[in-house]
Amino acid sequence: MLVMNIEKFSFTYPGAEAPSLKNITLPIEKNKITSLIGPSGCGKSTLLRSMNRIHDLYPGNTYDGKIDLLNETTGEYDDILAIKKENDFIQLRQKVGMIFQKPTPFPMSIFDNVAYGLKISGIKNKTELKDRVEEALKGSALWKEVHDRLNKSAMGLSGGQQQRLCIARAVAVKPEVLLFDEPTSALDPISTSAIEELIVELRNDISIAIVTHNMQQASRISDYTAFMYLGDLIEFDKTEHIFLNPKEQQTEDYITGRFG
Amino acid sequence: MEKLFQKISFSSATLVFIILLGIFITLFNTALPAINEFGLHFIVNPAWNKEVPITTPQAKSVKKVSDDSEVVNPDDYSDDDGMIMQDEDDTPTKTIYGGLVPLVGTILSTLIALLFAMPIAMGIAIFLAEIAPKNISSFVGGAIELLAAIPSIIFGMWGLYYFAPIVANLFGGFQVSLLTAGLVLGVMILPFMAAITRDSMNTTPDILKESAYALGATKFEVIKDVIFPYSKVGIIGSIILSLGRALGETMAVAFLIGSVFELPHKITDPTISIPVALANNFGEASGLGMSSLFYLALILFVMSFAVISFAKFFFLRKAN
Ligand SMILES: Nc1ncnc2c1ncn2[C@@H]1O[C@H](COP(=O)(O)OP(=O)(O)OP(=O)(O)O)[C@@H](O)[C@H]1O
Ligand SMILES: [Mg+2]
Repeated sequence: MLVMNIEKFSFTYPGAEAPSLKNITLPIEKNKITSLIGPSGCGKSTLLRSMNRIHDLYPGNTYDGKIDLLNETTGEYDDILAIKKENDFIQLRQKVGMIFQKPTPFPMSIFDNVAYGLKISGIKNKTELKDRVEEALKGSALWKEVHDRLNKSAMGLSGGQQQRLCIARAVAVKPEVLLFDEPTSALDPISTSAIEELIVELRNDISIAIVTHNMQQASRISDYTAFMYLGDLIEFDKTEHIFLNPKEQQTEDYITGRFG
Repeated sequence: MEKLFQKISFSSATLVFIILLGIFITLFNTALPAINEFGLHFIVNPAWNKEVPITTPQAKSVKKVSDDSEVVNPDDYSDDDGMIMQDEDDTPTKTIYGGLVPLVGTILSTLIALLFAMPIAMGIAIFLAEIAPKNISSFVGGAIELLAAIPSIIFGMWGLYYFAPIVANLFGGFQVSLLTAGLVLGVMILPFMAAITRDSMNTTPDILKESAYALGATKFEVIKDVIFPYSKVGIIGSIILSLGRALGETMAVAFLIGSVFELPHKITDPTISIPVALANNFGEASGLGMSSLFYLALILFVMSFAVISFAKFFFLRKAN
């Protein structure tokens, strides 16, 4: 079953002469991990940022095609490119969360960071907040390290802990999809493998799309892999097919490191 | 060669401290007669240039003899001719000076300016940093920076001719008053405060704002929960620097505050501030009067110094 379905999708930045994404068709399977790989500038981040319409914080982008998102209650699909009202954007982003290249703790306590998404979605009950924060921190393998300093500033955590905090913060609002844009590129190997384990854990409840430059990471954790090049989606398949016997020459060149 | 450069840069750095210390010492020395005469009571005494009879014999205590001998000893007041005077009914009088009125005038006009400027400056900064499209933001931002560069005497003239009548119409009372001076002072510091606040808000990383939007936050929530806390230090710094500017402002206030040594009962009453008192009275003052002006200047110096040190402290903490 698909949680998202991107169809014939094109994207052009304001003032750009050519589109940065051209006619992309990519299914995102429910409760699976889909990784996007490809050389720098091929449009991975652009595609990911279309999936929660975070692009729309800046005016003047041009979309074409369709990005369908599963509506869990009705079982039908809604085209998120049709969204125009602020309320609908907010709902979309509560369903489709995002983790960035660098940890982005807010300048507030650890507890308030994790509770933030819940508070702005209208949850005021203190016990409910406490329970949800604890649940999210446990789910992000951070509870043991921070349970005795929830009221301390999140800025005092290590980089890896901060990134897990950001994941906890995103998980707390119980999204259906989580988008990761190179979540480990700023982290050391130990923190990286902790995050990788965490992402694999999260797959049980959340569908995941992850951009990565790390080929081992893609092959270790993802179920599906899409290879992109210069704004085109070159090949999409099960991860083992992409890495063991790719159909396209460009894919093979890229994963074997023989790329231009 | 390198040693020489080190020495030169070290001595120019030291020079700044020497100048600072030198100013403080000369202020203090010149103020010393007034400090000795009036002590800290100066700060709470509302009388300025007022003749009072020298303490009557009945009120005098055991130390009468020594006090009298002080009065006749010419050395003690050698730098002051106006000090001892015989008035018509032969009661000896002296002139006393107190700094309360200009001190209150300075603090209140600054306070009015801050209260007026702060919300408007925050609004402008939010508009420029987060709401306006880029081209409008840079156009308006440029205009605001120009506004900050207008010489204060122009604000004073504009305030007196166009603004003061409006204020008097709206709030009653005098055209020149604490309120008029405070409001024009507020208009003066507003662009400065707005520009620095905008700059510190602009230092919030996009990725941090996007993280909040990605959780479903509205623009208002992002401003309130992410941008403000993140740039808090810079915003407080901008307020304190504006405060420092307002404290020392002379020309605009001189046009508008009324320049009378009287405590205001309402904010629409005229009064005087320290810089205005200094500028207006420096020419004619001599002796203890002059010394008292230096005492006022010393108080202003210490106040401004405290404000700036406080701001520095904030900025330094930000740097760490
Ligand atoms: N804000 C923008 N305005 C205009 N063009 C942009 C903008 N952001 C990215 N681009 C262009 O869009 C193309 C795709 O960029 P994108 O950031 O999606 O690449 P990427 O695959 O994520 O690269 P990387 O691996 O380096 O992160 C690039 O050619 C880039 O120059
Ligand atoms: Mg990228």
